[in-house]
Amino acid sequence: MLEITGLAAAIDGKDILRGIDLKLPQGEVHAIMGPNGSGKSTLSYVLAGRDGYEVTAGSARLDGADLLAMTPDARAAAGLFLAFQYPVELPGVGNANFLRTALNAQRRARGESELDAVQFLKLARAATKQLAMPDDMLKRNVNVGFSGGEKKRNEVLQMALLRPRLAILDETDSGLDIDALKIVAEGVNALRGPAFSALVITHYQRLLDYIVPDRVHVLVGGRIVRSGGPELALALEADGYAAIAAEAA
Amino acid sequence: MSAALAETAHSFLARYEGLREHLPGDGAARQAAAAAFAAIGLPGPRDEAWKYTSLRPLAEIAFHAPLAALADPHAPSALMPALDMPRLVLVDGRMQPDLSVLPDGVRVSGFAAAPEFGALPGAGRDAMAALNTMLAEDGARIEIPEGVDAGVLAVISLASEAAHHPVDFHPRHAIRLGAGARLTLLELARGHGVYLHNPLTELHVGAGATLVAVRLLEESHRSFHLSGTYAEIADGGSYELFLLHLGAGLARSEIDVTLAGRGARFDLRAAQAIGEARHGDITTVVRHAAPHCASRQSVRTVLDGRARGVFQGRIEVARGAQKTDGYQMSQALLLSPDAEMDTKPQLEIYADDVKCSHGATIGELDADQLFYLQSRGVPQAQARGMLVHAFLAETVAALPHAGARELAEAAIEAWLGARSA
Repeated sequence: MLEITGLAAAIDGKDILRGIDLKLPQGEVHAIMGPNGSGKSTLSYVLAGRDGYEVTAGSARLDGADLLAMTPDARAAAGLFLAFQYPVELPGVGNANFLRTALNAQRRARGESELDAVQFLKLARAATKQLAMPDDMLKRNVNVGFSGGEKKRNEVLQMALLRPRLAILDETDSGLDIDALKIVAEGVNALRGPAFSALVITHYQRLLDYIVPDRVHVLVGGRIVRSGGPELALALEADGYAAIAAEAA
Repeated sequence: MSAALAETAHSFLARYEGLREHLPGDGAARQAAAAAFAAIGLPGPRDEAWKYTSLRPLAEIAFHAPLAALADPHAPSALMPALDMPRLVLVDGRMQPDLSVLPDGVRVSGFAAAPEFGALPGAGRDAMAALNTMLAEDGARIEIPEGVDAGVLAVISLASEAAHHPVDFHPRHAIRLGAGARLTLLELARGHGVYLHNPLTELHVGAGATLVAVRLLEESHRSFHLSGTYAEIADGGSYELFLLHLGAGLARSEIDVTLAGRGARFDLRAAQAIGEARHGDITTVVRHAAPHCASRQSVRTVLDGRARGVFQGRIEVARGAQKTDGYQMSQALLLSPDAEMDTKPQLEIYADDVKCSHGATIGELDADQLFYLQSRGVPQAQARGMLVHAFLAETVAALPHAGARELAEAAIEAWLGARSA
């Protein structure tokens, strides 16, 4: 479903991604691990379509469609979801209004009927309950005054409502205590199935105890230097990135 | 003053000369105003208070007096808001008893019936005030007796375009709240076509009285709105003004407030949303003349196209006005590289135990916020609209009256809709 071939990208003329090859089949969850500065976040932003990144080579296809040619909102409507490492605060925008606007924009783009306020609230309440989020989180402004854990849970809430076909979780575990981590992992696991794929980007192995990946890729210096099964994450935890990077070089 | 503006000023003076015997009220006061207006003329760029707002576009238009009798008094009904509350309706600056619904507990009359010029605007200090005094024919006079809670009252000013040529009108409003009285005032200005609306309002808020005013400007995009509001607040009185500039080709609201008694309070929350080549100016003077008074001013401006926004705010603290608490903030959002915002804060402080601060920000939409919305599937134009709406939402959400809130919401939605179209 997601096929990345020779993807290279630069910021302000500085090469960050140096030729990434990755195949993520439908229904699978892959982890991307790597040290700081390896290009993990750049990969997620390039896939989601953030401004300021120059793709210098390669391609990324979602179900055969050229992802890199689409606007960010078209990518979302095509089924891509990025859970942000640092979710953005939107003062003056109510969370429920934000979620409904996003959901209906995607439904409209896909030619589906829009949800009215009642239908939406029913869905949203069920989702907040599942994520152990207080109801008032829907009434507050998007991420304003949220704790780090609440912001990450709000990302997972959005994912649960938008039901993407491909989720990219960019260090969703950072800043979470163990209870919040479990809730977030459950939120992701609840979506797992034959029609859902995910790229879980993380620095630490800890998250992968709760979201067990089918494959693990190690990103160092803008390239995938090793791929393997879940046991690779454990090896990384034991030996560190330096050993893997040295081995690959 | 440019030759063209001098000619416009001259035409107003000529109108006065022709009408003077028929105009109501104190002829001497009018004559003094006319003399002052003849001397100062219409303000030009060398006038410090008008540095950022040019009246040159006025000179391109030949204004006429409104028709004395409307051919069809129901003509502006399309402009009439659906409001279920007592209301005073003025069309082209004249009171319309047939369209008005008088409230209980309030003494209301027209200026024409009881003409009286108050002293608050000061004689000849301001050209637009002098022009108003010179040509005022009618206006709303509202009096809330001591201790009365008068509820909500709307004052609706409509421009009819009945004359089929540009008209100018200069209504003179006076509002007086007795000690401990309360009033929520919904002031609405709407119109079609080309006209000059130059209202002057004198406000007296008595001791411990509270006036909450929501002023919604939805004038025609080809009109000129040049208003002066002169307020005096007595001990413990409070004037809370919500001002929304959403229309007019050129709008300037001058707000001049004197906190005359101990513990008086003035709160301004204003928003301007201006597009195309239009112009919006909010100019305030807040005089802290007594101790323990507080003033809070927050102005948010959104500018698109080649629009220009102005906020000039002066806070004057008199020598004896100790424990003054003054605050002023201007925030502007520029949606286009051709838009311009001019902000001029001025503090003049002659007391030594005061707290006064001001701030100003001017910026563009936040790229991270835009990307966040787009990454959730919201198309760019809609995402921009949501963020602009969010910027203005704080002012609108604070509107103390549900009907006013709905009107303001609708006006902002219409503005955003027109932008993205």
